[in-house]
Amino acid sequence: MARIDLVDLAHSYMSNPASRADYALKEMTLSWEDGGAYALLGPSGCGKTTLLNIMSGLLVPSQGRVLFDGRDMTQIITEDRNIAQVFQFPVIYDTMTVRQNLEFPLRNRGVPEAEIKTRVAEIAESLHMTAELDHKARGLTADAKQKISLGRGLVRQDTAAILFDEPLTVIDPHLKWVLRRQLKDLHRRYDFTMVYVTHDQTEALTFADKVVVMYDGEVVQVGTPEELFERPAHTFVGYFIGSPGMNVLPCRVEGSTAHVGGQALDLGRGYAPPAAGAKVELGVRPEFLGLAADGQGCPVTIQAMEDVGRYKIARVTLEGHPMAVVAPESARFDGDRARLSIDPGRINLYVNDHLVEGSL
Amino acid sequence: MLILENVGKRVGGEDHLSGVSLSLERGTLNNLLGPTLSGKTSLMRIMAGLDAPTSGRVLIDHRDVTGIGVRDRDVAMVYQQFINYPTLTVYENIASPLRVARLPREEIDRRVREAAELLRLAPMLERTPLHLSGGQQQRCALARALVKQADLVLLDEPLANLDYKLREELRVELPRIFAASGAILVYATTEPEEALLLGGNTATLHEGRITQCGPTLEVYRRPVDLRTARAFSDPPLNSLPVTKRGTGVQAPDGTSVAVGASLAGLPDGAYTLAFRPHLLGLDPSKAGPRVLSAQGRVSVAEITGSESFIHLEVLGQKWVSLTHGVTRAAPGADMTVHVDTDRCFVFDADDQLVVVPDHAEAA
Amino acid sequence: MEKPLNNKAWFLVLPVFVLVAFSALLPLMTVVNYAFQDTFGNNQFFWAGTDWFEKLLHSDRFGEALIRQVLFSGLILAIEVPLGIAVALCMPRKGLWVPVCLVLMALPLLIPWNVVGTIWQIFGRVDIGLLGHVLYSLGIDYNYTQDPLSAWITVVVMDVWHWTSLVALLCYAGLQSIPDAFYQAARIDGASRWSVFRHIQLPKMDRVLLIAVLLRFMDSFMIYTEPFVVTGGGPGNSTTFLSIDLVKLAIGQFDLGPAAAMSLIYFLIILLMSWVFYTVMTKQDEQDQNRKTGGGE
Repeated sequence: MARIDLVDLAHSYMSNPASRADYALKEMTLSWEDGGAYALLGPSGCGKTTLLNIMSGLLVPSQGRVLFDGRDMTQIITEDRNIAQVFQFPVIYDTMTVRQNLEFPLRNRGVPEAEIKTRVAEIAESLHMTAELDHKARGLTADAKQKISLGRGLVRQDTAAILFDEPLTVIDPHLKWVLRRQLKDLHRRYDFTMVYVTHDQTEALTFADKVVVMYDGEVVQVGTPEELFERPAHTFVGYFIGSPGMNVLPCRVEGSTAHVGGQALDLGRGYAPPAAGAKVELGVRPEFLGLAADGQGCPVTIQAMEDVGRYKIARVTLEGHPMAVVAPESARFDGDRARLSIDPGRINLYVNDHLVEGSL
Repeated sequence: MLILENVGKRVGGEDHLSGVSLSLERGTLNNLLGPTLSGKTSLMRIMAGLDAPTSGRVLIDHRDVTGIGVRDRDVAMVYQQFINYPTLTVYENIASPLRVARLPREEIDRRVREAAELLRLAPMLERTPLHLSGGQQQRCALARALVKQADLVLLDEPLANLDYKLREELRVELPRIFAASGAILVYATTEPEEALLLGGNTATLHEGRITQCGPTLEVYRRPVDLRTARAFSDPPLNSLPVTKRGTGVQAPDGTSVAVGASLAGLPDGAYTLAFRPHLLGLDPSKAGPRVLSAQGRVSVAEITGSESFIHLEVLGQKWVSLTHGVTRAAPGADMTVHVDTDRCFVFDADDQLVVVPDHAEAA
Repeated sequence: MEKPLNNKAWFLVLPVFVLVAFSALLPLMTVVNYAFQDTFGNNQFFWAGTDWFEKLLHSDRFGEALIRQVLFSGLILAIEVPLGIAVALCMPRKGLWVPVCLVLMALPLLIPWNVVGTIWQIFGRVDIGLLGHVLYSLGIDYNYTQDPLSAWITVVVMDVWHWTSLVALLCYAGLQSIPDAFYQAARIDGASRWSVFRHIQLPKMDRVLLIAVLLRFMDSFMIYTEPFVVTGGGPGNSTTFLSIDLVKLAIGQFDLGPAAAMSLIYFLIILLMSWVFYTVMTKQDEQDQNRKTGGGE
């Protein structure tokens, strides 16, 4: 177990990076607290795998330092970092039994036989795999194999952190629920620092206490799932988290009022006038919008209603701008006209894609 | 129209498919929903003519095509893996089925550009697939299937290898893109949510058998048996075995609750109550005469910011509660949960659906 | 996998049937014919029954040739397989050197067999050959035309030089199919180089290794051209392997009956060994099939 600090870290795959664009990972400083559950969330190509490889020691960063409990590990090779990793596709030793798989990292480190025995028994127990201990690993299902890969990290008591690289990719949806639940259980029980890399917001948000959202080699926001959902710091976070993502509409701001086309919306807070020529947008989650056949609110045109069982998604246009609205299961509309109500407290204002704070 | 009559497939003494009967209309989108190894791919291969069934018949427009190979059928297929010709440009990749069909050059050009426009590939027509992102590669494969204007388009988990957000976008676009083509569209998926977002019809597969087939929402709201209900729930379905006596039901631990008329009218005996996680409430104001309230122990709480999933042990069952917003619950804590029995599916001892809750009213 | 029925397919494979019938079945039948009869020319045949077989199986000459053959094949496998694996392990996994390595490795495989024989025949000559002369100058008593041990070493080294590449290339293909994640996981688990080989590389190579062993066994068991060119089966009979012996018997002595009987036994041995390999290989396939229970997706 360890606290991990990434200090002034940056990486480029080119030998002589000239501009900022040449960096796969732009300069960042991040800390993973000892025993925390973190997620690195972002689309493919955002640099999250690069960051993971730097932590595991497969890659030496072009600049910056990696500290484990304050000790500089930047140049230390993978073998000596006490890192465990679960990969996208299950990595198990085919010819060995489940037991031998779990024993393997301990045997390689010359741990005494008695300790191996108790440790493996304990981990197998918490993975609910005691019954399969003497089965050949190759015959197991994908979810069992992933549990073994995780188990190989858990058996070692000196593990500094466990890294997960999209570990549920090959798992069926209903088993994902089971595995996620077990993973949370294990994290509570063993208190390892865990870093979970994924493009899947549900996995990231449900797993982590803190989510690091990456975009184009940069960290755009670090926050709890709640913060990311309610106060996205960047329009990308708004779009990437939540499904459907946050509605972002171009607007003009005067004090506490936003003008979208001919409609005036109350923002609930007062804002300083943005710089001339800046891109000003308001962002509001589809979940914080209400749709009614008549009454108060802005007039919108319903383009489509998608019924997804538990709720409906209304695709509407407000002054020509497309928006998504989450409506209850029972919502029904005759015709394509409706009124949209927006909770002022839920509107975020973005200038050049970054969140700006208003004052009450 | 594509009709499968009692189709079975046996490989090495093992039934991969048995008794599959389906009838798919032109211009419809049909989901095949089931877990890995439930037979989705086997079924698609038979539809395509890549494999012959060991029993049963395949009819296209009332013509028996059971023994006819894929080359002699009008089929397009897209796989989970991004399959393109690596040395050809995107343009040539999309054009390839048309070149095989020896269409005039202007016609090919027109169709390729149309498809590229629809799938937002127009700016990268001159690149090779190696220089494309995963999403673009799969869009290229989809465009190739689209230009072919095949009667039957088979999509085998085409979005499974894509980023979550891209998947979300393409799910919205795909039905729109293929709706215009008038083809029979078959879409295999393991995810209930995907089937719901795509709409159309859904056939649920379980161990090589079709358990139910019908309009997607109809299957979602009236699953004929417990297996189908489970297959069509994400997060997983909560269920509770009960004994029904008179106008009440009793849970295994002795907790009793009165039930509505439709359940009360059934003969006494063993039943299973089942309901999706969003119906498991944590709010005490939800208690009522026909609401089953029980003590649960929290095992894990998952909070996404917009929703909270509380995993609980209740009445000896593993349940999940889905609530909007943020609900915090410490592992090991006790919580009272409520579920309205009027909103539960009721399955009999043979796991067949006997009571359907009225969803539209209940929200 | 069953494919949709198509009767045209049978028509299309007909030419192959005819070709195989003429090129393989007819000669084989002729051999069988000779094996059970005796002839003194003039197309006159006498029924010999199993005489030739009995004589052959009891003859020292056949027994010795068979022992030499088995020894040779055993040696070849014992050297080429581990060496091939070692070479494959040393080859770079990616980068500019990969094509260079592949071409270099493929070179010996592209040389015709009798040329290989000629190369080594000259290479090993004590008077003008580089190898032979150097060894001689160093005071090593090496002369493949007179010393049986030298002859054996020459023939074995020549085969190793010629065919190790094949094993190496096959193993290399097997190694290339191992995803990087496996090596990373092994590093994380603190596995030694030996453990990585034993638990990751070897299991992933087992299929190609079986093919390599099968190919090398069959080829070495039927070897003729190269040792014939280099030693002609000598000195004495020391490098007279089954095929060389067979040719001596048939062409040299015109003992067509015993030669035919010998061909059949020879053929049966190879068939038996191939069958054993085939069973081992398909058994593993079945295991793999069972592993992916259902196999439908």
